[in-house]
Amino acid sequence: MPMVEIAGKEVEVDEEGYLVDLSQWNEDIAKYMAVEEKVEMTDGHWEVVNFLREYYAEYQIAPAVRVLTKAIGKKLGPDKGNNKYLYELFPYGPAKQACKIAGLPKPTGCI
Amino acid sequence: MLHIVNKSATDRGSLESCLAMATKGSAVLLIEDAVYAVTKGGAAAAKIQAAAADLKIYALGPDLAARGMSGRVLDGVNVVDYGGFVDLVAEHKSCQSWL
Amino acid sequence: MSEMDDMDEGSGIIKKFMFLNRKAPHGTVYALEGLEVVLITAAFDQDVSMVFTDDGVYQLIKGVDTKGIEVKDFSKTYRALDGYDIEKLYVDQKSMDARGLTEEDLIVDVTVLSVDEMANLMAEQDVVISF
Repeated sequence: MPMVEIAGKEVEVDEEGYLVDLSQWNEDIAKYMAVEEKVEMTDGHWEVVNFLREYYAEYQIAPAVRVLTKAIGKKLGPDKGNNKYLYELFPYGPAKQACKIAGLPKPTGCI
Repeated sequence: MLHIVNKSATDRGSLESCLAMATKGSAVLLIEDAVYAVTKGGAAAAKIQAAAADLKIYALGPDLAARGMSGRVLDGVNVVDYGGFVDLVAEHKSCQSWL
Repeated sequence: MSEMDDMDEGSGIIKKFMFLNRKAPHGTVYALEGLEVVLITAAFDQDVSMVFTDDGVYQLIKGVDTKGIEVKDFSKTYRALDGYDIEKLYVDQKSMDARGLTEEDLIVDVTVLSVDEMANLMAEQDVVISF
């Protein structure tokens, strides 16, 4: 699988650019993935990325977007737990893009 | 001889076949799904305890832990780690894997 | 997964799906694969039941530590099913008894069914998928 150099460290990614070993994840990697995805990271972006990492630690999966939306609504309020807000942050799909930045695998069932 | 069983005793007959053929003084090492056999309250518990009179029964610790069974191991069963697995193989002249 | 969420608008037909889990975790890949299929099916808004019988009841044991065998601890994922609106989890009483297990040993809330109740549940399904 391809290797990329991020902040002076070699990391392995899959053919779609997702991090292979999620224990390697750090903020530098997140920033690198964000540039790849053409996403400019704001506090709102980090909030979702950190939420995803916590979700993964608890359940060992990346959630489907519908599940993510609902769970974010529960934790951060309805103004954030909706498709419009999440797609504004991650235009090519919150599940796909935010998971990549969070160093998680692609959500199960994602085509 | 060292007998190695890796299939669940409640799914396959390999443990039963193994215990029927293992001669006195032999060692039986349970790994992977076979480790459920040495847990308290399990269907194979009585068989294992009876067999332990003539055989040395071992179970692989990491496989017990991965199945949430570390705290349920029957008395008289020796829990070994991967190093212990290697030692058992080295100690015995021959191995039989009941696939 | 947005692509799939759009698809559940499709036919609007809701069928009763039963996922029948009969294998212990880790020793074979059935348990993990079955769980992934269930998570995918959840996107289609079907009436999903998950049933655990025979060695399948071992999938739900709590207190798992998989570090030693270097595989993912997917027992945690069963706790995410609620968020996927999969709330019908059933275990077979006889299989639990044969393994010395009770509901307190399990990582999620389940309904325990007798063999007869399980048979009736299976008979009323449109689709049964076995792992």
